[in-house]
Amino acid sequence: MARRRSEASGKAPLTLEVNGETVELAVTPQKTLLEILREDLGLTGTKHGCELGECGTCTVTLDGVPILSCLMLGLACEGKSVRTVEGMAHGAELHPLQRAFADLGAAQCGYCTPGIMLAAEALIAGNPSPTRDQIKDALSGNLCRCTGYIKIYEAVELAAAWMRGEEARPREESLYGER
Amino acid sequence: MANAKGGPAERRTSDRDAFARRVVGRPHRKVDAVAKVLGSTRFADDLALPRMLYTRLLRSPHPHARIVRIDTSRAAALAGVKAVLTGQDLPVAFGILPVSQDEHALAVDKVRYVGDPVAAVAATSEDIATAAVDLIDVEYELLTPITSLDDALRIHEPRIHDYAKHGNLQKVTDLEFGNVETGFAEADHIREDVFFYEGSTHLPMEQHAALAEWSPDGKLTVWASTQTPHYLHQRALARVLSVPASRIRVIACPNGGGFGGKSDPMNHEVVVAKLAMVTGRPVKITLTREEVFYCHRGRHPVLMWVKTGVKQDGAITAMHFKSLLDGGGYGSYGVASMYYTGALQTVTYQVPRYKFQGARAFTNKAPCGPKRGHGTPQPRFALEVQLDKIAEDLKLDPAEMRLRHIVPPQTLTANFLRVGSVGLGACIRKVVDGSGWTTKFRQLPHGRGVGLACSSYICGAGVPIYWNDMPQSGVQLKLDRGGGVTVFCGSTDIGQGSDDVLATIAAEMLGVDLPDVHVVTADTSLTPVDLGSYSSRVTLMTGNALVQAAERAREIVATYAAAKLEVPPHRLVFAGRRVFDGGNSERGVTFVEAVQLAEAAHGTVVTVGSYRTPTAAGRYRGAGVGPSPAYSYSTAVAEVDVDPDTGIVRVERIWIAHDVGQCINPVSVMGQVEGSVYMGLGEAVMEEMPYRDNRNLMHKIPSMLEYKSPTTLEMCDVVTYLVEDPDPNGPFGAKEVGQGPLLPVPPAVANAVYDAVGVRIDEVPITPEKVLRALKDKTKGGVPRFGPTRFPEVPWPEPIRVPPPWEGGDGSALGDAGRQRATAGEQPRTRRSDARQPAAAGRASPVSDREDST
Ligand code: FES
Ligand code: FES
Repeated sequence: MARRRSEASGKAPLTLEVNGETVELAVTPQKTLLEILREDLGLTGTKHGCELGECGTCTVTLDGVPILSCLMLGLACEGKSVRTVEGMAHGAELHPLQRAFADLGAAQCGYCTPGIMLAAEALIAGNPSPTRDQIKDALSGNLCRCTGYIKIYEAVELAAAWMRGEEARPREESLYGER
Repeated sequence: MANAKGGPAERRTSDRDAFARRVVGRPHRKVDAVAKVLGSTRFADDLALPRMLYTRLLRSPHPHARIVRIDTSRAAALAGVKAVLTGQDLPVAFGILPVSQDEHALAVDKVRYVGDPVAAVAATSEDIATAAVDLIDVEYELLTPITSLDDALRIHEPRIHDYAKHGNLQKVTDLEFGNVETGFAEADHIREDVFFYEGSTHLPMEQHAALAEWSPDGKLTVWASTQTPHYLHQRALARVLSVPASRIRVIACPNGGGFGGKSDPMNHEVVVAKLAMVTGRPVKITLTREEVFYCHRGRHPVLMWVKTGVKQDGAITAMHFKSLLDGGGYGSYGVASMYYTGALQTVTYQVPRYKFQGARAFTNKAPCGPKRGHGTPQPRFALEVQLDKIAEDLKLDPAEMRLRHIVPPQTLTANFLRVGSVGLGACIRKVVDGSGWTTKFRQLPHGRGVGLACSSYICGAGVPIYWNDMPQSGVQLKLDRGGGVTVFCGSTDIGQGSDDVLATIAAEMLGVDLPDVHVVTADTSLTPVDLGSYSSRVTLMTGNALVQAAERAREIVATYAAAKLEVPPHRLVFAGRRVFDGGNSERGVTFVEAVQLAEAAHGTVVTVGSYRTPTAAGRYRGAGVGPSPAYSYSTAVAEVDVDPDTGIVRVERIWIAHDVGQCINPVSVMGQVEGSVYMGLGEAVMEEMPYRDNRNLMHKIPSMLEYKSPTTLEMCDVVTYLVEDPDPNGPFGAKEVGQGPLLPVPPAVANAVYDAVGVRIDEVPITPEKVLRALKDKTKGGVPRFGPTRFPEVPWPEPIRVPPPWEGGDGSALGDAGRQRATAGEQPRTRRSDARQPAAAGRASPVSDREDST
């Protein structure tokens, strides 16, 4: 039932860019990026559901690519750029994905939400007009137990439209159901 | 049926635009949505305190064994270890139901499932705690494991729990509402079928976590991912730790999903509290995903036998239902779950005579408990699949047949459940029209099919777990001289939006904007009690408590505003952050000014409200499960594609209609419906607790990879219809939505599979192997079906006979009828207020039967 190796000795220096800021740390070699973010940097917005690479909850982006931070050793990220949910809002202004997730109720308990938004952001960055199937593919490694994913798809589509500069609104049926 | 038989419940779906409501019923961002998208919501594992210690638990590797000896000396000697506990340190038993106080924080003398906690370590780091746990030596004496329902019936010794009624059967019941044999004799057609519903688990994305802090002045604070802070507070911590409840504060953090899996007070929560008391330092634990599987409390596997008699038009003349639940190693909510498998059969279609026999067995597996729908998805599956077969036997359209026999509104059912509003007819029509049912049913090409099923669910248990005279829900409301409104309530947000329900109702009633409302919840020191987020009770009960508090606040404010404005108080309207004359909106003051006038004249403006459920009509032993202030209704149509070569069932789309009474926030309602459909889909086609049979009863591999749940690639399209048939007992007419819409999904899928390829899969999950087996049997000329074929002999007790209302019954069992009835409108007076007192011996009365309630 042990999940972690027992204490290793010596720490090694690590330099990362996290949400645009350079941070310098000393970490034990077995420490995962997830643990470094949550425990050393206090960035608890990144969540975990298994710490075994099975649920996608711990997703962050590393140089723009979504990765599972629970499987990534911190020292393997030397010199790289990490983006977490804390980096999404622009000052006091929500990121379009954050706005859309809030408006559509795509975050129910909100536990899977940070990981899913980061995966979605990476998708939209490479494909500004993703189809429903492309969204499903891109998010297929992220489990959500609350929403049934429907509101998540709709929120990603809405945010993508906003990010393309379109005036978009949630569909009536998404908010009230079909008549 | 107690009232005149009407046509199918047919009520107008309320037109939301017809109301002058500004907040209730209008889609908006949940009050906590922004924190959630920012990642700033503080879940239990996000908390840390200075000098905090970390806990790991040693768990049993055996399913059934006696603990002979535990040696913790090597662990205690490890540098960094601050305390080691075993069962001897926490000898008091606890449990959520009064009748099954059968758990210990750490096993005292026996372990009952693989994963049962045996010892605990607190250390300065998680790594040290983990290493220390490996140094604890336990000597076990292995006992015969009880692996299955058959084992539990066959093997009487060893017993998993000594208090079980018959060997390893924890509880058996036999309830009769009218003579079913008479009903069967009147029937034109009778069916008997056997069904099995596999167990599944909640799989919340958040792993359980708890943090405890002890202060030398004798106060304990526990933060936990729990759906029921009240029970953790009073029924586990105070009881086991022998600390007065008045000195314990439990704060439920927002849950990262619950679905019932965080409704029991958990071992680890008691353990960290004790460790904090022993070490004088804050102590935290976060379970691994593997351990979350051990906590379980998930869906009971249930074997069911149903016999139903019908007239030519499908009218039910009698129903006899038997269920046998595999409960796992502990009681949990299981006795209530067992009663729930027999309670709600009567609230959808009219059932004039009904008999229910239920039993729950102990087995050496992780304990089962309440999962979304609590004990009702299993019988609903059996009932709705059987009705599909009956409709075919009678050559009736299954939708039409159901429509004809819906329970009318304001009915008292055979088992004395008081049904209020019934939007089921509207639900059926919505999905029939929307799905194109009449052009698809029995008409799609081979391999494609549609199926329909209906359901109903409670809006909160009418009878609380611990029966007492106090309200189930309380709210305190504070109006601030700055114009802010704060709602204090014990309810716990598990993602379902309960905080938003409070904010929405407060904003609506006091005429302020949502950002003016602050919500403080789930803190046993700051907030009045709400029993917790289970049984779909929160919207109705906290909503009603808040409505009362808000009415009282309005009255105070209106009194002084009216004096100033020189208009009668009853003419005042609260809207747009103003208080004004309804007849002349110019004549008014701002809300801030109105509050200040009131505060100056009256003093601090604080009001309270509370909610208690209507008295249950049933007075027989077992009547505690089923009554509810209101019942929600759902109907689903599933369209599937079945590959006859592989047996793979692909659910393409589900049309779902849900009668929610009245939406408080439609966005949240939509989310609950879609999430319920998703969870029902998982149970229908893939989710199951897989145990390695005959080998230690271990989970196959307790991990998310091994436990299949739908990803984006398996999730179907969902078309949702919200039906609003307001219930007089709901706040603004609102009913539940968190659980009900799950129920019709598994049977709708099973019925659709039959429509597609002509085989009956009378068991969930409907996996490819089962479909292939049935198809093969069909080709060979055998029975085109997969599922159980027999229901075993169970030592049923003497039936409790309760004449239904239309046979002159008053809700009491025969033989009890002479008993004093409680004064009308009141709860019966004689009742135990505490589980530890023994039940009055030999008297069958609802009051000595709190075991039956949840
Ligand atoms: S925490 Fe589950 S994949 Fe990382
Ligand atoms: S919103 Fe709860 S797990 Fe996705």
